[in-house]
Amino acid sequence: MAQPVSSGTTRPAARRKKMPYWVEPLTTLVVLGTWLLYSLWEVLFHNTGTYHNYISPYFSPGIAGWFGWHILTALYVAWVPFLFRFTCYYYRKEYYRGFFWDPPGCAAADAPRKRYSGETKWPLKINNLHRYAWFLALIVLLFLWKDAVEAFIFPHHGFEVRVGSLILLVNVVLLTFYTFSCHAFRHMVGGRRDCFSCGGKPSQSYRFWSRVSRWNAFHGAWAWASLFSVWAADLYVRLLLMGVIHDARLF
Amino acid sequence: MTTETLETHQYDVIVIGAGGSGLRAAVAAAEGGLKVAVITKSLLGKAHTVMAEGGAAASFGNLDAPDGWETHFYDTMRSGHFINNYRAVEIFALEAPDRVLELEEWGAVFDRTSAGRIMQRAFGAHSFRRLCHIGDHTGLELLRTMQYKSIHSGIDFFMEVTLTTLLKDGERVAGAFGYYRADGRFVLFRAKAVILSTGGWGRIYKITSNSWESTGDGAAMAFRAGADLTDMEMVQFHPTGMVWPPGVRGLLVTEGVRGEGGLLYNSEGERFMERYDPARMELSSRDVVARSIFKEVQAGRGTPHGGAWLDISHKGAEYVKRKLPAMYEQFLTLADLDITRERFEVAPTCHYTMGGIRVDAESCASSVPGLFAAGEVAAGLHGANRLGGNSLTDLLVFGRRAGLGASAYVQAWQGDAPKVDQATVEAEMVRIVAPFQRSEGINPYQLHQQLQELMTVHAGIMRSGDVLAEGLEKILDLKDRARQMMAAGSRTYNPGWHAVFDVENMLLLCEGIVRSALERKESRGAHWRTDYPDELEEFQRVNYVESYRDGEIQVRTEAVSPMPERLAKLFTYGKAPGLVSPAEREAMG
Amino acid sequence: MSEGITLSVWRGDKDGGEEVGYQVPAVPGMVVLDALHWVQQNAQPDLAVRWNCKAAHCGSCGAEVNGEPKLLCKTRLDDYAGETVRVRPMATFPVIKDLVTDVSWNYQVAEQIPPLDPAVPAPFTMYQEDASRVQEFHRCIECFLCQDTCHVLRNHDGTDKYFGPRFMVKIAEYEMHAVDQGDRVPLLAQAAGLNMCNVTKCCTEVCPQHIRITDNAIIPLKERVVDRYYDPIRTLFRRLAGR
Repeated sequence: MAQPVSSGTTRPAARRKKMPYWVEPLTTLVVLGTWLLYSLWEVLFHNTGTYHNYISPYFSPGIAGWFGWHILTALYVAWVPFLFRFTCYYYRKEYYRGFFWDPPGCAAADAPRKRYSGETKWPLKINNLHRYAWFLALIVLLFLWKDAVEAFIFPHHGFEVRVGSLILLVNVVLLTFYTFSCHAFRHMVGGRRDCFSCGGKPSQSYRFWSRVSRWNAFHGAWAWASLFSVWAADLYVRLLLMGVIHDARLF
Repeated sequence: MTTETLETHQYDVIVIGAGGSGLRAAVAAAEGGLKVAVITKSLLGKAHTVMAEGGAAASFGNLDAPDGWETHFYDTMRSGHFINNYRAVEIFALEAPDRVLELEEWGAVFDRTSAGRIMQRAFGAHSFRRLCHIGDHTGLELLRTMQYKSIHSGIDFFMEVTLTTLLKDGERVAGAFGYYRADGRFVLFRAKAVILSTGGWGRIYKITSNSWESTGDGAAMAFRAGADLTDMEMVQFHPTGMVWPPGVRGLLVTEGVRGEGGLLYNSEGERFMERYDPARMELSSRDVVARSIFKEVQAGRGTPHGGAWLDISHKGAEYVKRKLPAMYEQFLTLADLDITRERFEVAPTCHYTMGGIRVDAESCASSVPGLFAAGEVAAGLHGANRLGGNSLTDLLVFGRRAGLGASAYVQAWQGDAPKVDQATVEAEMVRIVAPFQRSEGINPYQLHQQLQELMTVHAGIMRSGDVLAEGLEKILDLKDRARQMMAAGSRTYNPGWHAVFDVENMLLLCEGIVRSALERKESRGAHWRTDYPDELEEFQRVNYVESYRDGEIQVRTEAVSPMPERLAKLFTYGKAPGLVSPAEREAMG
Repeated sequence: MSEGITLSVWRGDKDGGEEVGYQVPAVPGMVVLDALHWVQQNAQPDLAVRWNCKAAHCGSCGAEVNGEPKLLCKTRLDDYAGETVRVRPMATFPVIKDLVTDVSWNYQVAEQIPPLDPAVPAPFTMYQEDASRVQEFHRCIECFLCQDTCHVLRNHDGTDKYFGPRFMVKIAEYEMHAVDQGDRVPLLAQAAGLNMCNVTKCCTEVCPQHIRITDNAIIPLKERVVDRYYDPIRTLFRRLAGR
C-alpha cells in the first residue's frame, strides 16, 4: 500500500451538489487544448528561448545549437516532455475523458464512441512504452536543473535572485516531483517485485518504492502544477524576449 | 400447481448456507470425490460471516508463547460456563491452528508480527493474545478466501434459492425443496446427506448486529424434520453495538476496539468495569460486559442515548486507522463522528445464538440420519456464552468436520438413493404459494416488527419468569396470526413473499427460546434471570433439549457429559494451564 | 431533516419499467436503504432490493443514486436535502426486478482466475510491508460498483473482452502476494483484457472501500504486462537468455 488508505474518505459536512458530468471533461479539453495551441505557437514560430542567462524549458537542452541548426530549434527537444506527458498514466485519464469522451464522466448517461479498443491497438498501444519516455524526460530534467542553477548567475552581476530565477527554480522542482512520482518509475524501483522482505528485512527497493508510492498518490497534482509552471516559465522568458516585461531583482 | 415443471437436481451432499462453515464443509465433502452443491438464499460471498470483525481464535502463541490448545480449551469452557460439549471444545482447540493455516495457503493474508508470523490480538476473556486478524475485517477475509477456494473445488452453486423444507425418506433425510428467489420457480434437491450451515437467528431482536439472513431457517427446518435443538435460551448480546443515529442502532462495534485498548466509561466518567470485573476490566467476557453496561444505564449513569462511552482516541489517529479502518469509516460515514478524536456511545446488541441443532462433536451429525450441522446453527461448542473470535474458527473446524462426517455417511451408504415422497412435495408447493392466494392478510414485515419488539421486552438481555411467560402467550398469539400472512404482486423477486417464510422460522425458534428460558431457573452466561440471579450448581449438569412433535415443542433435560480426568485437571491449577510451569504440574500430579 | 423525503425508485423488470415516487418520513442519520425498507414495510412489500448486512461489509446493495453508483446502506439521505432522491438499478447488469440486477457474469469471471499457488506450505514467513501491499485489495466487498461504472463494460459491451476492475484487483492480490508462484501475466494480456482499460479511474472514484484500484492494482499490472509483452529491451534480453 504505502499510500494513505483513507485519502478522500472524510465525509464532507454536506455533499457537494454534483455538477453536470460534462463540466469536468470540457474543462480539461479547454485547458489542455489551449496549452497545446500555445505550445505549437511557441515551438513553430520561435527559434530561440534564451534571454541572457535564462532559457525557456521548451528550448532546453539546445540540441539544435550543438549541430548548428537554426530553424525550429525547439522541435528537437520539445517532443520529449510531450511524449512523457502523452504516455503518462495521469494524462491518459484526462485526455481519454476530455478529448475522446471515453468516458466523459463516471456512469454518465451519454452516447460514447461506438468503436473502442482501449489501449490494445496502435497508436494508443504506444502508451505501453511510458518507461522509455521517462528515461528521456530524465535527461531533459538534468539539463533543466543546470538551467535553473544558471538562472541565478547573471552576466556581469554574478549571483542574484530575480523573479525569473525563482520561476525557473520552482519549475524544475515541480518537474522533479512529477518525474519521480511516475507510475512507471514506481514499477521500476520496486513495484516489479512480489516480495520486498524475503531477506527477512525490508529491502532497499522497498524503501524506494514506498517513497515513490507516497509521491505517486499526488501524481495528478504534480502533473498539473508542473504543466502550469512550464507554461509560466516559457511565457515569462518569451515576454522578456519580446520586451513586454522586465525582470525584477529581489535581492 | 402440480402442472408446473419441477426442476430437480441430484447430489450426494447438499450444503445449505454459503457462509464460512458451509463453504468449508462443501470443500471437505468435495475433496472426498462426492458430488456437492451449495445452496444459498443470498449471493455467494455475502453471508453473515463478513460481519465478523475482530479475528479468528487459534492458539499459535505467536506473540504469547505460553499459549496452547489447553489454555484455549480452558478459556472456552470457562466462558461457556461448563455447559459446553467438552469434546467439541477439545476438538476445536486442537484443530483451530491448522484450519487457520489452511486459510493462509488458500490466500488469506493476515496481519503480521515482526517475525513474519500471523499477528494475534487480545480479546475479551482470552488468557493470551490469540485472535488472528486482518485489520477489522477478518470475517470478510475468511469468507472471501473460502469463496475463491470453493469455486475451484468442483462444487455447484445455487444462489438466491430459498429452501422451505427438508425432505425425508422414512427416518433418513432425502433432500430439500424450495424456490428460486429471482423468478419464484420451484426447485427440488435430492441428496443422500444434507449439511446445514444457515447461521443463527439474531433477527428476532429489534436491536441486532445480524444481517437480514439470520432468520434461523436451517434450525427451524431441522426442528420440523425431527432434529433436536439445545441450549436455545442462550442468546449472546454483544456489549458494544452502535446507538446513534437510530438507523444504525445495533450495528456492531468490534470487540477489537477494546482489544486494541479502547476504554469504557459511564456518564460520570468512571471506568465502571472496575465494579464488575476489576481483573479483566474492558476485556471481560461478553456476557459480563453487556450486563455491566445494561446495569449502568439502569442505574441512571447512561449516555444521552442510553449506552456507555467507548474511547479509543488515546491510541492516536494513525494506529486507529490502521488497526480499525472499517470502524473508523463506519462511524465517519454513518454517524458523522471521528473515533480517532472522539469517544462514542455503545450499548448491547443481539449478536449470536449459542443454541441450535444438537450435534455429535466428532461428525456434526444431528439426531436425524443424514442431517449434519455446523457453525452458528449448531450448538454445543459455546455453551452459555461464546468467546469472541471463537465463531470464525468454529466455522472452519466444524465446517470441515461436517463435510467429512457427511462424506463418511454417504460412502457407507448401502442400497438405493433415498426416495422423495411426491405428495409431500406437492403439498409444499401449495403451501409456498398460499400467501398469494390470500386477498386479505397480514404484512409479514409488520409481524416481524412485532415479534422483534416482543422478544426485546420479554426475552432480552434481562429476563424473569413472569415476563417470559407473558412473552410465550404473545408468541403463540402471533403464531396464530402468522397463518394469515399474505404476499402481493408476482413471484418475481418478491421480498414480501420471501419474508413470510423467514417470519415463520423465527416464530418457531422464538417459542423455543422462551420455553427453554423458562426452564433454566438460574443465571448462567448470557441467560440472566432477575428472579434467579445466581449461577446454580445443579443447572451446570444439564442442557435443555427441545424436540418438535406434532406441532408441539417438548423440552427435556439431558445431562452434560462430564470431562474426563485429563481435561478436568486443567481447571485445578487456579490459573490458565499455559501459565503453569511443568514443575508445578508435576507437583500437582 | 424534519419534513419527508421524496424518493423516486425505478420499478420494473426485464421488460421495462419506470420511476415511481414515494414520500418517506425522515429520521436522523437515515440512509437510502432505510427509506426503501420503509416503503417495503408500509406501502409496497414487493419492492425488490438486495441487501444483507446494512453495514457496508457485504456489498449487496449497490445501485445508482442520482446517477452515482453507491451502496444504498451507506448513502445518507441528509446529503440530498431538498432534492428528489432517484434510485435506479446498476445499469451495466441486466435487471431482474426493480433494484435487483443479475450479476452472475461476475461469478463466471471469478472462476477463470487461477487461485493462489504458494511456493511453500503455511505458516508463511511474510512481513507486514508485503502483507500491507495486498491487504488493500482484500478490502474488496464485491459490490460490483466498479464493474457497473467501468465504461468498457457499461458503454462498450466489453464483457467478452475485459474482466473489469474488480477482477484486476483480485488478480493483483495474487500476483503481488509474496509467496505466490503463479503467473497470471499472460491471462492479463489476453483473456482478462487488461489493456481494454484506459485508466480513466471511475472505478477508483466509486469504490466504497477506497481501494486505489487504478493506481495500485491496474497500473502496476499494466507495467507487468509491459515487462513481458511490450518492452523491446527486456524482450531482447529474454530472447538472448533463451527464455
